[in-house]
Amino acid sequence: MIVFRRIVPIHIRTVVLLAMTCSAIVVAQDEQVKSDPVREFFERFDTEYHGFYEARAGYRLQNDPDEKDMSIMEARYQFDLFHMRDWGDIKVKGDVYGDGVEEKGVFDLREANLFMRPTDSMDVKLGRQVLTWGTGDLIFINDLFPKDWQSFFIGRDTEYLKAPSDAVKVSLFMDWANLDVAYTPEFDSDRFISGERLSYWNPVLGDRAGEDNTMSVERRREFLEEDELALRLYRNIRNYELALYGYWGYWKSPGGFNEAMTAAVFPDLYVYGASIRGTVGKGIGNAEIGYYDSVDDRDGDDFLINNSEMRYLVGYTQEIARDFTAGVQYYVEQMLDYDDYENNQPAGMPKRDEFRHLTTLRLTKLLMNQNLSLSLFTYYSPSDEDVYMRPIANYKASDHLAVEIGGNVFFGDETHTFFNQFHNNTNAYLAVRYSF
Amino acid sequence: MLRKESSAVLLVCAVFSLTVAGVARAAEGDAPDVQTIVTRANIVAYYQGDDGKATVKMTITSKAGQTREREFIILRKDVVDGGDQNYFVYFQRPSDVRRMVYMVKKHVGEGKDDDRWLYLPALDLVKRVAASDKRTSFVGSDFVYEDVSGRGLDQDTHELIETTDAMFIVKNVPKKPEEVEFSYYTVAIDRKTYVPTKMDFYDKQGQLYRVIESKDVKVIQDLPTVTRSVVKDLKTGGQTEMEFTNVQYNVGIGDIFEERYLRRPPREAMR
Repeated sequence: MIVFRRIVPIHIRTVVLLAMTCSAIVVAQDEQVKSDPVREFFERFDTEYHGFYEARAGYRLQNDPDEKDMSIMEARYQFDLFHMRDWGDIKVKGDVYGDGVEEKGVFDLREANLFMRPTDSMDVKLGRQVLTWGTGDLIFINDLFPKDWQSFFIGRDTEYLKAPSDAVKVSLFMDWANLDVAYTPEFDSDRFISGERLSYWNPVLGDRAGEDNTMSVERRREFLEEDELALRLYRNIRNYELALYGYWGYWKSPGGFNEAMTAAVFPDLYVYGASIRGTVGKGIGNAEIGYYDSVDDRDGDDFLINNSEMRYLVGYTQEIARDFTAGVQYYVEQMLDYDDYENNQPAGMPKRDEFRHLTTLRLTKLLMNQNLSLSLFTYYSPSDEDVYMRPIANYKASDHLAVEIGGNVFFGDETHTFFNQFHNNTNAYLAVRYSF
Repeated sequence: MLRKESSAVLLVCAVFSLTVAGVARAAEGDAPDVQTIVTRANIVAYYQGDDGKATVKMTITSKAGQTREREFIILRKDVVDGGDQNYFVYFQRPSDVRRMVYMVKKHVGEGKDDDRWLYLPALDLVKRVAASDKRTSFVGSDFVYEDVSGRGLDQDTHELIETTDAMFIVKNVPKKPEEVEFSYYTVAIDRKTYVPTKMDFYDKQGQLYRVIESKDVKVIQDLPTVTRSVVKDLKTGGQTEMEFTNVQYNVGIGDIFEERYLRRPPREAMR
């Protein structure tokens, strides 16, 4: 991500950007602009040009002593270029946005890749790309590709939950199974919660912290040394999708601290897992399992490094009425070597439970010829006793223009639990997007 | 799964609802029995050829006159004539759904639900779609899924209620009325081509509320093909027009109904 700061005073910039975005949207909407010189330019090179303009604004619904009231304030332009040749495809997609909260301009290159199908049984994708696999709905066990939790919690479009990887993905298609190999030469961590935008539980301080106490992190930046390898072996039997997974890399969000406890680190992590998905009764069922081998703390007695874990997920989705779908999931994180963890945890630090239980419920209702979508995704953890709710109402006013209202609501009993640590970030937002 | 190297080759693909037509001979003398008529019309409407491809443009018009457009390329391949078949739908417009792929493995038979997948390119996400209600609107249009991929013949009882010079008129009554919003529907089937040309749906009170008409029929690769059809919802005042262009039959579609091609469609699906 490239960041431009302080070129123009902030508030002015934000206001200008938001105003420009809105007026671009209004003009485009009103005049039904048919000829777009930019598109015409790219079409001369046989390149498809699409994208959107978006304005998005949101505020915290309560005071947060550690952060601004404003939770999101941005004007965004996304371009999406696609060029098809006989030998392969080139795709470049990027976002330029003015961020009124952090007072900066950002260029975020989301995709820049080359896709080739060199033989009947092989696909190759090289470059910056978004990678996804696994069966969970907003729960990830074997998908260890980078996530952007910050974008997710402040109310950006769900698209931004997936952060891009700089990787090569080779897919082999064989009669008995298919194999995906994704190699990332330089570790791509999650865009995790560091306090910059969202207040969080800082275990070192033993309190919630925010932009004044951002987490310092020891990054892994050694090209080809600090790399990641992810595999998926899968096949489809009678439309039941079976998969085996392997991952050799690092905890994607900080999974420990250095010895001086001055910075969070990304310890080594290997993951082995499996999943199945297919029709169950009138709906779709899925199950997934993963063994997280925390290589740097295999005995579980190093309180600075995450223990190994087992993770389990079952889910079921069904259309329960016309254009009304419900999905439920049950997910468990089991900490291994729990006795060693308990015995080595310094006094005064809140202890994790051996089992973290998490349930989710997704309700989606489509109305007005499917132009209005009302959805509510709720995470509820009976063991942490906390809740995270994501209500979203999205209305497509036309083929180009969409309006969205949504929120991110966190509550619970204790200040340090997974979701309730974000309680003070509870926010609501409004967005307008013009797609072209 | 059974794979039939289809030799039957009746025409082409009825890509969506009322596409296509048949080479059937004109009914001479006595009309065939109703089961023969509906079986033949079903093949003509949904199973022509071994496979088919078309570019589809949908224009959805609300009562107030506001229009929305959908454009997609659809590929169809039969597994068994009159039975299971696969659909691959690659969206081109509107831009917020561009490059999205919808794939259906249609299963015919009592209590069998289709398998459906959706690929969302921005997230690189392959989703299974849990949608068992085939009377749901297809992509927000006035067409429902069943109009697009066909309604199982064994789900209705059929009665030939009238034979005109040009048409067979067949009345269809659902065996499980609680699963659908209509009490019955009639289909006018061309006696020469077996192309269904008009469908009238009656609600539970016996009122006509929904009409689908084949507006243009062209002969493509010797096969009469519906290239424009319109559905009108008399209750909402809305209507949707579907236009088929670049219609091709027996294109030799391979085994593209796989996750591999959801993530990156084959060239023939993209242009």
